[in-house]
Amino acid sequence: MRRALFSLVLAGLLTAGAARADTTLLNVSYDPTREFYRAINQAFAAAWKAKTGESVTINQSHGGSGKQARSVIDGLEADVVTLALAYDIDAIADHARLLPSDWQARLPDRSTPYTSTIVFLVRTGNPKRITDWGDLARPGLQVITPNPKTSGGARWNYLAAWGWAERTYRGDAAKVRDYIAAVLKNVPVFDSGARGSTNTFVQRRIGDVLLAWENEALLSSRELAEAGVEIVVPSVSILAEPPVAVVDTVAARHGTTAVAEAYLRFLSTPEGQDIAARNFYRPRDPAVAKRFAAQFPPVATFTIDDAFGGWRQAQKLHFDDGGSFDQLQPKR
Amino acid sequence: MSGARVALWRPWARRREALPGFGLAMGLTLAILCLVVLIPLSAVFAMSAGMGWERFVAVGFEPRVMAAYRLSFGGALLAAAINGLAGLVVAWVLVRYDFPGRRMIDAMVDLPFALPTAVAGIALTTLYAPTGWLGGLLEPWGIKVAYTPVGVVVAMVFIGLPFVVRTVEPVLEELDDELEEAAESLGASRWQTVRMVIVPAILPALTTGMALAFARGVGEYGSVIFIAGNLPGISEIAPLLIVTRLEQYDTAGATAIATVMLVLSFVLLLLINLLQRWRAARHTAD
Amino acid sequence: MPPHRRPVTEPRWMRVTLCLLALGFLTLFLALPLAAVLGQALARGVEPFAAALVTPDTMAAIRLTLLTAAIAVPLNLVFGLAAAWAIAKFRFPLRGLLVTLIDLPFSVSPVVSGLIYVLMFGLQGWLGPTLAAHGIKIIFAVPGIVLATIFVTLPFVARELIPLMEAQGREEEEAAIVLGAGGWRTFLLVTLPNIKWGLLYGVLLCNARAMGEFGAVSVVSGHIRGMTTTIPLHVEILYNEYDFVGAFAVASLLALLALVTLAAKTFLEWVHRDELAAHTR
Repeated sequence: MRRALFSLVLAGLLTAGAARADTTLLNVSYDPTREFYRAINQAFAAAWKAKTGESVTINQSHGGSGKQARSVIDGLEADVVTLALAYDIDAIADHARLLPSDWQARLPDRSTPYTSTIVFLVRTGNPKRITDWGDLARPGLQVITPNPKTSGGARWNYLAAWGWAERTYRGDAAKVRDYIAAVLKNVPVFDSGARGSTNTFVQRRIGDVLLAWENEALLSSRELAEAGVEIVVPSVSILAEPPVAVVDTVAARHGTTAVAEAYLRFLSTPEGQDIAARNFYRPRDPAVAKRFAAQFPPVATFTIDDAFGGWRQAQKLHFDDGGSFDQLQPKR
Repeated sequence: MSGARVALWRPWARRREALPGFGLAMGLTLAILCLVVLIPLSAVFAMSAGMGWERFVAVGFEPRVMAAYRLSFGGALLAAAINGLAGLVVAWVLVRYDFPGRRMIDAMVDLPFALPTAVAGIALTTLYAPTGWLGGLLEPWGIKVAYTPVGVVVAMVFIGLPFVVRTVEPVLEELDDELEEAAESLGASRWQTVRMVIVPAILPALTTGMALAFARGVGEYGSVIFIAGNLPGISEIAPLLIVTRLEQYDTAGATAIATVMLVLSFVLLLLINLLQRWRAARHTAD
Repeated sequence: MPPHRRPVTEPRWMRVTLCLLALGFLTLFLALPLAAVLGQALARGVEPFAAALVTPDTMAAIRLTLLTAAIAVPLNLVFGLAAAWAIAKFRFPLRGLLVTLIDLPFSVSPVVSGLIYVLMFGLQGWLGPTLAAHGIKIIFAVPGIVLATIFVTLPFVARELIPLMEAQGREEEEAAIVLGAGGWRTFLLVTLPNIKWGLLYGVLLCNARAMGEFGAVSVVSGHIRGMTTTIPLHVEILYNEYDFVGAFAVASLLALLALVTLAAKTFLEWVHRDELAAHTR
């Protein structure tokens, strides 16, 4: 019995070792991209084999975006990172110097080959008539969003609301802050991650509106209909740009720089863009976007660089300790 | 290194040891303890020491963090007390009485250890949310569990329960029937027997179990964050603030909070252990 | 261990009340959460449940979890026996301090218990650069996962045994030594039979926790699918990927550990049935 168990364990170890024979890439990504990158990996492996005759295996790692970035900083040997926000890749550049700080200029579309945006989920029939960001500040309404301190997605939510307010109140700082404070007052639960918030809203039926990534809302749309919720697209929202980058130092050590870069460039090819769109990310390629127009309703967007001067700036001003998020927390 | 140290200690022992193996056992214990626990833990202290006293105090004792300590430590104390009472009854019933399904229930006590904490948190929230089976029952009475500090305590009771039951059970099982019989035949009432014979025998194990349940509750993260609601100053636990710091790539800040928690729970555990030793010493002296 | 007929016991009403109290509490805190897990796992029927269990990723997670437990549990068994022997059978200065140090891993938040190994072995840590230069991987690989598991489960066996061995005192062992038995013989023939139930509980708890530990392992794992994910981590990944049924199906696998516990105890009781009968008289 014990010997059988031992040989089972040994066999497991050996097979785990065997999988590394060919060129291997490790793609360290954030949570809900599994299906997306699984499809990309297959397509890319085929394309790479056709082009070079080499076979390539891509391993995946998923987790919260900030936590994944921290793992790379602390030595997780990622050849490429595909995270939820540029700030997390900036952190890898700043804290571990594994890639140059101008990494974002190296690939097309500022290294963000696909995008998404922030939308609302409301109960079927929209009983509280929530149509735009202004409604979120209505007294008595309950707004569900994860904690921006622990969730990258929640930071997009927060900045989307802030950006809308900046435009609507024409830069009147006091009014913008009043608006954000009123929205924060309506948040009854701060889950630590996006999935927790979805669960709170959909399964526990708490709250009137959930702020969510469009791709995640679409991804779970089949279950959503069953759960009695629907998507509302606000008048304007933030362009959520999940970035990708080769981790130079690690790739150089593994001798995978060329294949890693080809892998990320593949995301911008028509084939890669098509896979992104089928996995509910908005493609950059206009031709592909046109084909999926029905899936992605038009929405006016602003970018983090235009509205906030980039992630470093936004993080410092809003989310670091003592930032606007801490200041505008209601006294409970 | 530890072998030599231990050899030096022995002359201080109160009497000449008749039993062998002290050096080997102690050496092994200290070696593993140092390698696995003490040296790695010292990294936390070193990291927070590197940030300077002023910043350490600013991060480790800001009002929001203080509120979180209160919730983590207060909640864990309450949960340990509940577990002490309930766990004792459970252990007693499982060891002493026979009823259908006893074995099945006995086996289930380990569940909180085996279940990943996140799953436990989700399951408890499912139950105690207003839409859940129990939350729905409590709602009309105005009792809210999920997304309040009460929920935090519920999660801590869940994860701490096996500690109390599993430390008390073996002692109850090994308890000699003859002592009870003797007490009974000397005319002691059942209550007197329980109080004078059984309680002193199981008290060390019970305190140990409660102390461990408490310690585990203080640090618990995975199950609590799902049920807590995480509102700053109300239902935000201290480990969450550590994670928050880490998300800001502020490792030193995270270790500052970790250090305060570590020192606090170490002192509390030490007090409990010393109290127990002192009580045991007095007990044998009687 | 089956309850043997006690010569003295409480009045019937008392027994019934206590039983009901215990059952009520366990229902609230154990049975219902378990039912909630199984309910979610089977929400879409048996087939998706079974399908979630046989994916290659789940299999790899099970393999890694078994390997981790196979290393961590025996090590903690040795540690626990050594620590309990030294602490319970001997008097020495700072005994209380040592016990508290052994308890320490319980009071360290799982978040921190992973972090300490990152601070030690991480690329920005004390030993990280040296290890990286020699191509040795500790964190974000199997050794790190094993280390973190050993850390969180370290006190289990020791803490189970210390109160038990203290309650038993040292007279029996001293008698054996006086009668000429050697140290190991005394331990095997006198001590071990006396503590076997406590030891069993300790090992079972240690094993349950080793397989179920999430927080600490999560920090040092790197979450590489099929390579460094244990069962609890796999559950979290599935959950965060909106695969609800899969997550709870794999989680219920861990809940079934309780059944393994039951089987192990029943087996031991069966092996020692004669002895138990003798003890009960």
